[in-house]
Formats: sequence, structure tokens, C-alpha cells
Amino acid sequence: MIRSTTGKALLSIWLTLVIVAGLAMPMVPVPRTWYELPWIPGLEQKARIILFHVPMAWVTLVAFISAMVYGIQFLKTKNLDYDLKSVNAAGLGTVFCILATVTGSIWAKFNWGSFWNWDPRETSIFILLLIYGAYFALRSSIEGAEKRAALSAAYSIIAGVTAPFFIFVMPRIMSGLHPGAKGDEGGAAPVAQLHMPPNMLVVFFASLLGFTMLYVWLFSVRMRISKLEEHH
Amino acid sequence: MMMRSAYEVFRKDVHSEFRTRYAMNALIMFVIVALSIILFSIGDESVTPGVLSGILWVIIFFSGMSGLSRSFVSEEERGTVLTLQLLTEPSAVYAGKLLFNLILTVSLNLFIAVMYVLLVQQFVVQSPAIFWVTILLGSAGIAAAATILAAIIAKANTKGTLYPVLAFPIMLPLLLTVMNATRLATEGAPFSEAAGEFQVLVAYTVVVIAVSVILFDFVWKD
Repeated sequence: MIRSTTGKALLSIWLTLVIVAGLAMPMVPVPRTWYELPWIPGLEQKARIILFHVPMAWVTLVAFISAMVYGIQFLKTKNLDYDLKSVNAAGLGTVFCILATVTGSIWAKFNWGSFWNWDPRETSIFILLLIYGAYFALRSSIEGAEKRAALSAAYSIIAGVTAPFFIFVMPRIMSGLHPGAKGDEGGAAPVAQLHMPPNMLVVFFASLLGFTMLYVWLFSVRMRISKLEEHH
Repeated sequence: MMMRSAYEVFRKDVHSEFRTRYAMNALIMFVIVALSIILFSIGDESVTPGVLSGILWVIIFFSGMSGLSRSFVSEEERGTVLTLQLLTEPSAVYAGKLLFNLILTVSLNLFIAVMYVLLVQQFVVQSPAIFWVTILLGSAGIAAAATILAAIIAKANTKGTLYPVLAFPIMLPLLLTVMNATRLATEGAPFSEAAGEFQVLVAYTVVVIAVSVILFDFVWKD
């Protein structure tokens, strides 16, 4: 579907609409019409980051989990196509991980006063960045495609099962700044965005979907490129 | 049968260790060097117990990183991998190596902890029960994660530098937990307060060993 021109056109129109809506919907103290967003004291225009930053972080996670799942499939079938999928998913995941880290960090400077605060979610994305880095460092130091595929798949699985421990460990150690952190009004709920007004929620989920489709499209392009490279 | 061959793999490793004393000599020197650097850099400064709990685990992490990869790297270097693959099943190799690393890590970390308590005067353990349980459970977790990662990097080209790079994100949940538990021990917290930390440590170790058992076949066989 995404391969087709229609799919590509739809995706670009969708994302354009999301970006225009996210940047241009006016923020007023008391929203009256459907296109007005509430003015949140202390956040003001900075609240718009949630429409772009959270989808990036989400894609990072999707890419990591799919790299791991393709890794499991490689170990089951020994089909190197899955390894190719795994490495492409991880490559895109790294790009989105850097984007999420940088956007979040710039925003943190203006809202929380410093680029980096070791808040639990900042720490988690940093760990994810380290895992991606380690994954590629491991891959580049193994000769032999089969061995490289098996070992990097094994590493991604080990990382995948130990990373969830942060969910239990973090709240015991540090208090957070992100919504949904310990001490926050909403408790430790993973989706703190539910406090958003309905029109903002629509843009948010549209952005989430748009970014996910962007990832799927980029993934299919990269897969075609690496298949072509393989044949030459 | 499997238990027996696992024990034989373990016994072989113990024998070759006592013959060369490679790990022991290098690791004890590493610990002494690391401790002296810490002691020199502290000088007469006053350092908080929280920072000192962190430093203890920095020493433990890096000493583990310099010694625990031996278990598989030495097989690769001596070219004995094929022999082991022919003679025993993968699970026996894994169990034997895990047991060896477990005993090595526990004894090394007990040595580090004793030296640290004796030499770093500002580090006062007020709840010894929490402290020693943390050392034991933390060592088990480190040994579990280090064993499967050692099996992975033994096949790679840049073994020495890659090991801590791969291990850090995997061990970080464990390290954060043990550092927190050690801080509790220096603050004299009651044993029950650290119960949550111990649960995380036990769960981490069990999960890592379970995943390692499943993955080891793929990592070990060429």
C-alpha cells in the first residue's frame, strides 16, 4: 500500500495536515471554536511539542520492538531476510531516537531550565540510545553474516527483556518531571495525555498514526535499497 | 547427565584457573589499583554516603568487566570450542560457565566489599544485613548477565572494548538497584525497606538466566 504513489501522496498530505494543525492551531485562554486549543499556564506555546516529540519517541519504541521480533524470527527460521529487516528497523529506530532525544532536550532547556535532568523518561531514552549503539558496535565487529545475525538478534532479545526493569526501578530512585511520573497528579499512568482536550487529542493521535506510517514507509524504502545493494 | 557434564565443565574451568591463576591475579591487582585511585582522589574531602555507594559499584562493575569475559574468550583463544561442542550439550556448557562465573563474582565482590569497608573510612555500613544481601544478590545478577554476554563477545573481533559497551545498558537496571540498596544500608534503613530492591534483583537474575538458557544454543553453535 505504501509502495504505491497514492499511498505516498496520502502520507505526505496527512503529515502536512498534522504539522500545520500542530503548529497553527491558536492557543487561547478559553477555547470557543473547534480549532482553538487551551492556553496552559506555564507551558503556553511550548505545549505543542507533545504533538511531535511523543510520536518520535513512540516510533523509537516500535522500531526497537520490531527489530527484536525480526531477530526472534531470524533465530527461528535462519532466513537472512529477517536479519536485514532487523537491522533496518534498528537503523531507523536510532534516527528517531536521536530526534526524540534532541527535541526533548531543547524543550527541556526552555521549560525545565537545563538540557538534561536525568528524569526517568530522559534516562530511558538514553538507555535506548545506548542499546542501539551497542547493537551496531556488536554487528560491526562480527564477520560472517549468519553469526552476525544470530548474535545481534540474541543481544536485542536480552536488551528487550532487561529494559522493562526500568519501569520498576526508576520510580524507586528518582522523581520525574514528565507527566505521569511519581508525585504527578495522574499517578504513574503511562498515558498522561488523556488530560488533553478532544481536539488536541485528535491531532495527537493523527500525528501518532502519521509518524508510524512514515516509519513503515521509510522502512520499506530502506528494505528495497538494501535488497538492491545485496544483488550488486 | 546434564548436571554431571555441567559440573565437569565447571571443574575444568576451576582447574585451569588454579593452574594459571590468570583471573585471580589480574582481578585482585585491578581491585587494588582501582581502590587506590579512589582513595587518592578522595583525600581528606568529605564525600556523601550516596556517592560512595555508587563508587563501590563502579569498581565492582569494571572489575567484573575485566575478568568475566575470560570464561568464553579463553575457549575461543585456545581453540577448544569445537572440542566442547562435540563433547557436551550447550546447556551443560552454559550451566558450568554460569556456576564458575557465579563463584568468581561472589568471591571477588566479597573481597572488594571487605576492602572497601576497611579502607574507605567515610563509608559506614549501618545496616550490615542489607549491605551483604545486596552484595550477594548483585553479584548473582552481574554473573548472570556477564555470562551470556561473554558468550556473545567471544565470537566478535574487538572483545575487550565491546564487553562493557554491551553490558552497560543490560546491567543498568541492576546497577541502579544495588546502588540504591547500598545507599539504604549506609543510612541505616530497616531491612524491610530494601525488600523491594531485593525483589527486583532476584527477578532480574531469574529473567536473565531464563533468557540465556533459551538463547545460548543459538549463540554457542557455529
